[in-house]
Amino acid sequence: MTRKNPNLFARYGADTGFMTFVAVLMAFLYIPIWVLIAFSFNDSRSLTWPMTGFTFEWYRKLASNTDLLAAIGNSFYVATFATVLTLLVGVPAALVLHKFNFPGKSIFRRLILLPITLPGIVTGISMLNMFKLMGFPLSLETVIFGHATALLGVVVTQVYARLQRLPKSLEEAAFDLGATPWRSFVDITLPNIRSAIIGAGLLSFVLSFDEIPVTFFLTGRDNTLPMYIYSTMRRGVTPEINAVGTIIVLLSLILIIVAVVATRERKK
Amino acid sequence: MNLIRRNLPGALVVGIPVLWIALFMLLPYGIIVTYSFWLKKYPTFVPAFQFGNYVTIFTDPQYLQVFLRTLKISILVSIASFLLAYPFAYYLVFRCRSAALRTWLYMAVIAPLWVSYLLRAYIWKTILGTEGVLNSFLISVGIIDQPSDIFLYNQFAMVVTLTYIFIPFMVMPIYTALEKIPVNLSEASADLGMGPWRSFWHVTLPLSLPGVAAGFTLTFCLSFGDFIAPFLVGGPDGNLIANVIATQFGAALNWPLGSALAIVMLVVVLTIVSLSDRMERKGMVGGH
Repeated sequence: MTRKNPNLFARYGADTGFMTFVAVLMAFLYIPIWVLIAFSFNDSRSLTWPMTGFTFEWYRKLASNTDLLAAIGNSFYVATFATVLTLLVGVPAALVLHKFNFPGKSIFRRLILLPITLPGIVTGISMLNMFKLMGFPLSLETVIFGHATALLGVVVTQVYARLQRLPKSLEEAAFDLGATPWRSFVDITLPNIRSAIIGAGLLSFVLSFDEIPVTFFLTGRDNTLPMYIYSTMRRGVTPEINAVGTIIVLLSLILIIVAVVATRERKK
Repeated sequence: MNLIRRNLPGALVVGIPVLWIALFMLLPYGIIVTYSFWLKKYPTFVPAFQFGNYVTIFTDPQYLQVFLRTLKISILVSIASFLLAYPFAYYLVFRCRSAALRTWLYMAVIAPLWVSYLLRAYIWKTILGTEGVLNSFLISVGIIDQPSDIFLYNQFAMVVTLTYIFIPFMVMPIYTALEKIPVNLSEASADLGMGPWRSFWHVTLPLSLPGVAAGFTLTFCLSFGDFIAPFLVGGPDGNLIANVIATQFGAALNWPLGSALAIVMLVVVLTIVSLSDRMERKGMVGGH
């Protein structure tokens, strides 16, 4: 019994240490976001402490900023089509990786996952070169193809992970009952991976909405929202960016909740 | 006819991704490989086959310095992220007793990934700037009496910002790796008389190495290719390779050199990915 006490103390000390560490990490991650939000309501042009007063001025300015509104529209357009395209390519790719064995499969796998680790700038300039060479004018559409390529790895990893967890017996049963591969996919596989597809789609949408490195090289005259914010930032820091940022944080929060609810695997 | 119809879905399933990869990855990579051997000739460039661009990158001190700086920053960011992420993931998996708290804390670290990457870089610019939040705060509480420029536009600011941005990529794989370790393993080593540190060092840490390798790979590669955060918070000594590449395709208009730089980046990333793949596979063999 006496030997246990120092252990208990050590354990208690370690727990306190861990808890302090976690608190510090949370502060590091979240204080900056609160700073961003707080200064979007501060009635001074400069972002300095102490804050001077409360205002909605910066939000009001946003509503009348036509360039910004156009950029938001462009971002929705790009993110929607990029997500659809990347799902149309990514889901089949995940199925191929899961189901088939063929020579060169490991190269196929590595290539399709490459954009996750490959800096966007390489995807951006290599596709820029190709579009220029083929005589494609740069536009929001070239951005869409760029995003769909860059996001492929995200979709494939998520859907593939879900496929791996499905029991093989389900499909075998479908085959035994005479279902064609197509029927067994639609009736058996698809319902089981649906939440993974929705999750991957939401994540792709957010990542595309936020993307800069690929967009930077592939866009023509039209700006997406991050490109617009980026060009504003180059001119300096203003509370208007904080106001846009606060709205983005809020929307992201809503999307995270949607994603959590949508991808939660139904409990039996 | 019937045969075609029966095989059509299968053909599409294989065909679409393969075609996409060929058209939007292999072909573009092939083009930049080709360009990297071309010659810059004012005002544009001409086809050639020579290694001049690569020689420039590795002998011109201007480029070599940028390359080494990029390596240094990415390594520092990976180490900083690791030092923050590992104890955190360890706490969640082995020490946190409430499942709800565990889920919340894990979500709290991953959630920033959904919040704009650009914003996360911008926030640090507003905090660390000479006229920024941190400086004015330190002045108002009396710690310093005039704005200091030691926080922004240097490599410290870059490491802080990139760590802040990429830390979720370190937490996720380490957490997954730790979660897979059966609790009874460390119990067994405790029963065999190993202290908590020894059993961590000899049992837990080695088994989590594949996750650590994956985390390092992601964090390193992402920092290695970043050009937005360096631009916003890096200042004069903050040019990384990606900034130089962007310049070659913009103002400097030297596509061949830019392509060669991109190829160097591609090779570095591929090397690291295959090294970590090998480590992960070894880890799997060791684990079984």
